[in-house]
Amino acid sequence: MWAMHAARLFGTAPVRFDGAVRVAMPMIAENQHVFPLTVDARALGTVQRIIVLADLNPIPVAVDFAPMALAPWLALRIKLDQRTPVRAAALGADGVWHVAGGWVDAAGGGCSAPPVSRARGDWAEHLGELRGAAFAHADGTRLKFTVRHPMDTGLVENIPAYNIEEITVRAGGRLLAQMAVQGSVAEDPVFSLLLQGPASAPFALRLRDSNGRVFAGDVPPPAGGH
Amino acid sequence: MPTARRPFIASLLAAPLWAQAVLAEPFAGTYRLAAQPVAPGVWMVRGADQPIAFANGGAIANAAIIATDAGAVLVDCGPSLAYGRALAALARRLTGQAVALVLITHLHPDHALGAGAFDPAIVAALPGTIADIRRDGPGMTDAMFRLLADWMRGTELAVPGRQVAAGPLVVGGRRLQLLALSGHSQADLAVLDEATGTLIAGDLVFHNRAPATPHATLATWQQALGTLAATPHRQLIPGHGPLDSTGTAIAQTRDWLAWLAAALAEAADHGLEMTEAGDLPIPAGLAAMAEGRYELQRSVSHFYAALESARLPLIG
Repeated sequence: MWAMHAARLFGTAPVRFDGAVRVAMPMIAENQHVFPLTVDARALGTVQRIIVLADLNPIPVAVDFAPMALAPWLALRIKLDQRTPVRAAALGADGVWHVAGGWVDAAGGGCSAPPVSRARGDWAEHLGELRGAAFAHADGTRLKFTVRHPMDTGLVENIPAYNIEEITVRAGGRLLAQMAVQGSVAEDPVFSLLLQGPASAPFALRLRDSNGRVFAGDVPPPAGGH
Repeated sequence: MPTARRPFIASLLAAPLWAQAVLAEPFAGTYRLAAQPVAPGVWMVRGADQPIAFANGGAIANAAIIATDAGAVLVDCGPSLAYGRALAALARRLTGQAVALVLITHLHPDHALGAGAFDPAIVAALPGTIADIRRDGPGMTDAMFRLLADWMRGTELAVPGRQVAAGPLVVGGRRLQLLALSGHSQADLAVLDEATGTLIAGDLVFHNRAPATPHATLATWQQALGTLAATPHRQLIPGHGPLDSTGTAIAQTRDWLAWLAAALAEAADHGLEMTEAGDLPIPAGLAAMAEGRYELQRSVSHFYAALESARLPLIG
């Protein structure tokens, strides 16, 4: 699967397995519907894109993140449909894809069992509720946000695919980062992004889903500032 | 054959960074259960202080055997049919009698799935535990087959056929005091053997082994620990970890749970990610508990999302 994914995603660009890309994951996939990982590619310097993928997921790519004015760092939670390699690939300024990750043992069904809110039946009541905050950390400003969304994979009987598709982050009208998102991101997605240094203007979030719905909101800079 | 396949599999996966474990499916071993006498007519069968894994056959929980004139009473019966049978044989060797009663402390499969070795009419649990097993038992059984494979051969979900309630229970002249509590799960049974002052606490108490929280409500669990601490006893058999004869295990479990609740709340206050919360330093006083990092990371999975969303204001 890796050879196929690599050819499809990276084409003829060089690929290097590189410990400079750090992928933090828990030692156990306690919940195959919500598996957290944090990708840190800051050691590479400038990074154009970060792709997070699980080779053996039916929807292998979770996100394709263009950090642009943000740090090449992100945290998210994905679904795991079975035991699989989980990887992050960062495209450096050198034109090389730097890849790291690890094997994760997981129970089956992360992508093919209905989401909790579908089983509970209340997904539509909370669809698009957007929450977020910024936090001042030693290494910059963390932007953390979450949206209520079923993130349907299309792999559950009688439930078509329905997922957040695109996220943009702006500040003062300037595009800071954007991300393509697929249904293998966990239900009610939570993302953390990192701005190196202090934030002066609110972060304007815009999320668009595969039905064309847009969810938007502003996250103020951290209270107290730097 | 496995050695010949190795290069082939490695070339398929082409993942040179990681040591490639080839997952064959080996045959299970045999449970070699050892009983530790802890009081006249009371034995403890120790589980491994590890996660459920093929290498330990899932035998990670403690069980207890109590001799009575009517036959042996078991408290918990392990993860599989083979374990339940081995425990029954051990109880017969020790007491000279067949098993008269099996008390299941709570729903978790490392304590309850051995029940298939017994007539359901002699397997008893709190009503809440029976409901828990009916609801979650099939999924937990699937998970155990995935992890333990051949160790689980023949194991089927057995729902306890008898309900018990809080209060005295006399079996073959032996007086047991049953405590109906909750917090580790929605229904947790603890058993006090009055003659010897042995308190069999199930998974309400972990000793030198970090507590597991997949169905836990931490505040309720702390209340249950208060009740256990107020129940006079001479020694305590925890659900996991060694016998507690010095009266420290309840406090140790309380300390872990209090630290866990505070640490996860503080991490969420600072906007830390799940992976970061799972990497928080474990305080020196709790670091001696086995599997601390593993259980912390599981607890992050159980509790963190709710803590986070409660701290993120609605913006759209």
